[in-house]
Amino acid sequence: MAENNIKLQVKNLNFYYGKFHALKGINLDIASRKVTAFIGPSGCGKSTLLRTFNRMFQLYPGLNAEGEILLDGHNILGRDVDINLLRAKVGMVFQKPTPFPMSIYDNITFGVKLYEKLSKAEMDDRVEWALRKAALWNEVKDKLKQSGNSLSGGQQQRLCIARAVASRPEVLLLDEPTSALDPISTAHIEELIHELKEDYTIAIVTHNMQQAARVSDYTAYMYLGEMVEFGDTDAIFTTPKKKATEDYITGKFG
Amino acid sequence: MNDRTHIPAAIPSSSAESPGQTGRFAMDPSIYRRRRLVNAFNMGASMMAMVFGLFWLFWILWTLIDQGLGGLSLDVFSRSTPPPGSVGGLANAIYGSLLMTLFGTLIGTPIGILAGVYLAEFGQRGWLAPATRFINDILLSAPSIVIGLFIYEMYVVSVGHFSGWAGALALSILVIPVVVRTTENMLRLVPGSLREAAAALGAPQWKVTLYVTLRSAKAGVLTGILLAVARISGETAPLLFTALNNQFWNSNMNQPMANLPIVIFQFAMSPYADWHTLAWAGSLLITFSVLALNIIARWMGSQKTQSH
Repeated sequence: MAENNIKLQVKNLNFYYGKFHALKGINLDIASRKVTAFIGPSGCGKSTLLRTFNRMFQLYPGLNAEGEILLDGHNILGRDVDINLLRAKVGMVFQKPTPFPMSIYDNITFGVKLYEKLSKAEMDDRVEWALRKAALWNEVKDKLKQSGNSLSGGQQQRLCIARAVASRPEVLLLDEPTSALDPISTAHIEELIHELKEDYTIAIVTHNMQQAARVSDYTAYMYLGEMVEFGDTDAIFTTPKKKATEDYITGKFG
Repeated sequence: MNDRTHIPAAIPSSSAESPGQTGRFAMDPSIYRRRRLVNAFNMGASMMAMVFGLFWLFWILWTLIDQGLGGLSLDVFSRSTPPPGSVGGLANAIYGSLLMTLFGTLIGTPIGILAGVYLAEFGQRGWLAPATRFINDILLSAPSIVIGLFIYEMYVVSVGHFSGWAGALALSILVIPVVVRTTENMLRLVPGSLREAAAALGAPQWKVTLYVTLRSAKAGVLTGILLAVARISGETAPLLFTALNNQFWNSNMNQPMANLPIVIFQFAMSPYADWHTLAWAGSLLITFSVLALNIIARWMGSQKTQSH
């Protein structure tokens, strides 16, 4: 891929949970406005890798990342980086839906209000835009004042995506976003990923290999904290270069 | 060991299954009988223990209602404590108790909530949080008379007179550990994923705590405050040498103040029958307001668990 299309560049990244060496010398380029999927068995470090991109790991003591992660050429692991600003640029959606204990409307505006000053009309527009992006607008437009907890699981997850999209980040991290959802909600969200990549760089961790094959442009296979193989999704799933990747994808292992 | 000796005689030797497994449910009746007997005995013992405990509780409640209900009248709420032999009520004591409980709660609650937030949200690293938690536990079980003595030394002695403020201060020190404990526990029940979700939007930690975590735990924190109010509304010892007592109507927090627990103590110890009646009425009032507070707290707690 061309140099100017790279959004995130991971250079020799090592990660430690205390003394446990969880990521070993990861090198990786994540392309702008494409979907990059991370697959691998449980505990291989794919979620850990994702959580270094917005320095989520820093919420907990004893966790440490070494190396470089360049976002548009700037190292986000540097000491002078404002973590909150970084997280506003790199949004994240989690495995379980996490609506805040407030109305649907306030759920969306929570992140927007942190960094933008909008009039009531502008804010209304932004809420509608975000909910339309997440394919949720038609279902909730008449009950924006209701609690986010009143929605179904699939709707809650789309609310969380809308919330992440609303503050218009540049990168969207999805950590197994459909693993708690039924097939119909999953299909909704996969369609959404297709549309969102027009505007966002997306990195998705998934346990579901068919999902990785369906939604992603590039796929990374990880095992025991190492990047085993990384390349075009088509290539990884049809002609993997390494035996280990092939074994995992064909179900002989994992 | 010879496995074959463990095979019951009933199993045909041609059975293809491994030794000891018949493939069918088999039961030794003596084991079953014994288990039923042990169960019946333990169940019976538990019931007896419960009945024994409830017996005293209901006896107390019954005595209170029996003795106190007769003393309850409009006078109790509208007149101040009388000299022996005159008509009177408990109005000044009720008012004093309400006022000191109110100010005790108002002073203690913010400190308790802030400390609880620190322990749950900010105190993961370092020694300060564990030390605070330990000291808070000591404060939680400290005899309340010690707290009264402390306020007496620190406040009453230095200003030179007993006062409603001293009483409220003593009560607020009892409120703090209860609120700290419940706030911390309730915040810890909030799933970490919710904090992460808010932080992932770029929210600074104080906004995560105030708008997301604390809001999720709101019902639990309010329950804790109610339990603290219930705890202090019956306290006598910390008021003995702080608020003291006052037989007249007084709404000045800087003066000694009447309050229900001490009036009950004074009147019950007296030789006058009409004072005894008032003491019973006061006891009934305190007991049932504490009961009501506990029921409301329980109800709010159950509302919270249902919404999750």
